[in-house]
Amino acid sequence: MIEDTFWDEIWNITTLSLRVSGTAVLIGALIGVPIGTILGFRQFKGKRTLTRFVDIMLKSVINTSMGLPPVVVGLVVYLLFTTSGPFGWLGLLYTPTAMMITQLIMVVPIIIGVTMSAVGSVEKSIRERALSLGATETQAAWLVLREARMGVLTSIIVAFGAAISEVGGIMITGGNVRWWTRTLTTAIVVETELGNFTMALTLGAILLSMAFGINFALTIVQLKGARR
Amino acid sequence: MPTVEVQNLSKEYSGRYVLKDVNFSVKNGEIFVLVGPNGAGKTTLLRIIDLLEEPTSGRVLFDGQIVDYSSKKDMVALRRKIGMVFQQAILFNMSVFDNVAYPLKVRGESKRNIKQKVREALELVQLNGFERKNALALSGGEAQRVAIAQALVTEPNLLLLDEPTANLDPKNASIVEEIISHVNRERQTTIIMTTHNMFQAENLAHRLAFLNDGKIESVGTFQDVFGKPVKSFARLENVFNGVSKITAEGTSIIDLGNGLQVEAAFKKAGNVRLHVPPEDIILSTQPLISSARNTFEGRITEISDMEHVLKLKVKIAENKNFTVQITKRSFNEMQLNIGSKVYIAFKASSVQTS
Repeated sequence: MIEDTFWDEIWNITTLSLRVSGTAVLIGALIGVPIGTILGFRQFKGKRTLTRFVDIMLKSVINTSMGLPPVVVGLVVYLLFTTSGPFGWLGLLYTPTAMMITQLIMVVPIIIGVTMSAVGSVEKSIRERALSLGATETQAAWLVLREARMGVLTSIIVAFGAAISEVGGIMITGGNVRWWTRTLTTAIVVETELGNFTMALTLGAILLSMAFGINFALTIVQLKGARR
Repeated sequence: MPTVEVQNLSKEYSGRYVLKDVNFSVKNGEIFVLVGPNGAGKTTLLRIIDLLEEPTSGRVLFDGQIVDYSSKKDMVALRRKIGMVFQQAILFNMSVFDNVAYPLKVRGESKRNIKQKVREALELVQLNGFERKNALALSGGEAQRVAIAQALVTEPNLLLLDEPTANLDPKNASIVEEIISHVNRERQTTIIMTTHNMFQAENLAHRLAFLNDGKIESVGTFQDVFGKPVKSFARLENVFNGVSKITAEGTSIIDLGNGLQVEAAFKKAGNVRLHVPPEDIILSTQPLISSARNTFEGRITEISDMEHVLKLKVKIAENKNFTVQITKRSFNEMQLNIGSKVYIAFKASSVQTS
């Protein structure tokens, strides 16, 4: 009986983690990939001083945001969704949705940043070659994005890795409520504090194998990319 | 009516002129070769003709039409009539078939047409059977031939080639030269190509222009530009200036600078210009003990393919290169390549002076 609840709870925790991080990364990719692509393309165009300055600012902001401290993001989302906050009326605080939003804010800059540099690093010569073979600007842009596909995929995998292992942000906005907003990372924190090391270690093992799976996939992607 | 006319064309990059007031016109069906040393502006000129860059001043006309750089539609339409091959093949990370099919796909050709035309283009560059290989896994020579297939698959009116054989081994270089003359002969494709290889220029060009330091110095047939063919070879290769001293034996020792001294059978002192015919030089992989008074160690820096022989450039010292002519057979037997250490030897009587 106890055994059953143990595994039930682990199942509940694991699927919630996957659901929250998975949704955050999916929506993050829908937002981040197009923006990253557009910003990556900007490098191709001849620039005047002002545009160059704007570009540098934009890229610095994105690069900083790639390393946003999760607790700070959590704090901001908390303040936005707390009862007296601007979005308090939505009643989203301490729900999986609030956790998803927290992680979304974290992963969007990662996806933009990595996509941007992947598109930007597909040599200028690829675009030129496409044009000289009769492509329109749009067709050439698609080809560059296709050549950068490994980088785009990498951005998504890296973002998922960051989201699934994040703890500070979702702890604040999800509240770590058992059977409701408790994820792998927040559960490990609480079970360790309670001295339930069997539970904590099991969850740790699951998280670690996920991290391994992600890195395994990433390595394969990079090896494929290196064949160029 | 000329296919391409270049009028008063200049190109400037941040205050430095790469091309200065260039004028020439290329007739329909002609192979027009731009020769000149590295950095003369040949590549920039081709890139402007391919509409990848705008001239700073002057203009390019295609079939009498002035290029309108503000209309993207016109630019695409014009580029679609031109095939271009860069010095370094730039291929996409996809199969050879998809690479060659790309120019047809962007033109919206049907799948059936694409299949047929890609097959023909690959046959033309002798790469049938390579369809499914990843293009990035090819050797330099194969990659260049795929790039040529990409340029030819659309049967362009005008083909631009930028040093198409500069980085190729002799075998691939001769295949490429053959493709160039074939396409010109069979399809009457107008070709503008650049090279710094004189032999290639003489072999392929109907007319040529000598470009130096951004300026066209002369335009015409090879004879017009460089004088009589065989003689001009001799005069272009292995010409050195030096200071000669007469020895006790009655020969001359000429100091060519950079530590290089040559012994000659003539008797002349002071400043001389001398010439060693490439066919008089013996090439070996070991130092030879022979009657030749001049033996030097060097490395092969360039290989150019002529019809029946190869011309090798052997670097003896800084800025001191000898051109040596050998047969393809001995080249293969000696297992030579770029960078190979070799010895050259020639008799004092082979050293001529003007």
